[in-house]
Amino acid sequence: MSEVPTAHTPKVHAHAPAEMAVETWESALTGRLAARFGGGISRFGSYLGQPFLEARADLTLDVLRFLRDEEAFDFLVDLTAVDRPGHAERFELVYILYSFASNERIRVKTRVGDGVAAPSVTGVYPAADWLEREVFDMFGIGFAGHPKLRRILLPDDWSGHPLRRETSILAMDQDWVRRNLGIESGQ
Amino acid sequence: MSATFLDTNELELNMGPQHPSTHGVLRVILKLDGEKVLGTECVIGYLHRGVEKIAEARTYQQFAPYVDRMDYISAVSNGLGYCLAVEKLLNVTATPRARAVRVILTELNRIASHLFWLGTHALDIGATTPLFYCLREREEVLKIFENYCGARLTTHAFRIGGLQYELYAGFEDQVRAFCGSFPGRVDEYEELLTHNRIWTSRLRGVGILNAEECKRFGVTGPVLRAAGVAWDLRKAQPYSGYEQYEFHVPTGEAGDTYDRYLVRVREMRESVRIIEQALAMLPSGPVMAKVPKVIKPAPGEVYVSIEAPKGELGYYVVSDGGKNPYRVRVRPPSFLNLQALDTMCRGALVADVVAIIGTIDMVMGEVDR
Repeated sequence: MSEVPTAHTPKVHAHAPAEMAVETWESALTGRLAARFGGGISRFGSYLGQPFLEARADLTLDVLRFLRDEEAFDFLVDLTAVDRPGHAERFELVYILYSFASNERIRVKTRVGDGVAAPSVTGVYPAADWLEREVFDMFGIGFAGHPKLRRILLPDDWSGHPLRRETSILAMDQDWVRRNLGIESGQ
Repeated sequence: MSATFLDTNELELNMGPQHPSTHGVLRVILKLDGEKVLGTECVIGYLHRGVEKIAEARTYQQFAPYVDRMDYISAVSNGLGYCLAVEKLLNVTATPRARAVRVILTELNRIASHLFWLGTHALDIGATTPLFYCLREREEVLKIFENYCGARLTTHAFRIGGLQYELYAGFEDQVRAFCGSFPGRVDEYEELLTHNRIWTSRLRGVGILNAEECKRFGVTGPVLRAAGVAWDLRKAQPYSGYEQYEFHVPTGEAGDTYDRYLVRVREMRESVRIIEQALAMLPSGPVMAKVPKVIKPAPGEVYVSIEAPKGELGYYVVSDGGKNPYRVRVRPPSFLNLQALDTMCRGALVADVVAIIGTIDMVMGEVDR
């Protein structure tokens, strides 16, 4: 049991994650997307059979609208972010889309830097409302055009954004805890 | 300003977070014109424990028990989704026997979850008896869980790669006995409720959410199906061997609270059918696939989702090749379904809000994580 397949033991460091072994994703859909957006979509990839594309952040709305209106990806499954502090644009935004018509799921990924607001997609997918608020709450990523961008899970007067990699789980807003809960340790 | 005593004002009213019908710590701010709801705003987060943050500092196995504590009414489903996601990331498949046992336990959990929903929903509407009936049957399910893994609620029933425990002696008989008696019990609930005049008049036409609105708000599960969309991940994208079993996907037409009631009741009957089939063809063999002791998936990311009792429960797991997940994102069905509350409540009465909160069937542990 102790021998581990080599595929599962890459040499990595916590802050410089090795690249995933992405296969190229090619289909009729990627052809149409490439024809429409050209270099705006930098990559069509697939990992373990799950396709994704990487687009420029300023094209987010156009790409999503195209996918919704022309390609029947009418359902926003989830919207979240991944923090990769090593990169120039540290946040990766992930939009998971589903098409009821073709029973397919794809991921659209864009990158934004710290302090840069991403375009809000609430106009394309109303479901994004709370999801963007959660990303804002957890990562501190702004969304330009969101109708009511406020914290959602944490209190309004909380400081800090827990899901940023540098935030320690033991060093959250201890002042808030002391002030509001009267717990001396702040934990 | 001169106001006569006939003037009326709009009123803002807090419902919750400490309110028995909000099913946990949900605060809804109601904007009212008399009894009529003009708008609502949800205040959530009271139960936030930072589950996704905790994942960063745990190994893949260590994180598994935490997912039970999100939707604690259906911990088995939570665990299944997580195990499937990590297995996908590892490119491992559970053994046939483990897959079948997982289906049995997960469907039992769906029944337990729907029972808890039905009992409390009926209680909210004013029917006391169904609660006791539903909890009586749910108890039988929880006893099976307890016999199997020692826990009733936060079961941690599955392991990455399969199951830790072989089934206990008498498991099959106990589950078969439950499947034998349960449909008759569902008939009893239906006798109490389905054609009950108070029940129908409180539920019919209340909290309508049509298919279009469901899709816009990311609403899944019984709420989506009650709006007429026969979409169930067990059929659309089968996992854990669901493609082998024959079952219907119950749907409604009106997309109202009553149709959602009917859909969930029928789903319990379908779950019994699935369990019986899984028991009949339960394969023998090992319950655990070959999985390394130290789980270090190759760098990569997957999104895997299952049809949990509340809707699509998804896990987006990112690995950087280390022993801890780089990121675990949970796509909570309750969170997205709750977002549609405002649309469902506008124009309704205050008493309907109670019915609508109940019919969404959210668990705040999952909304807040």
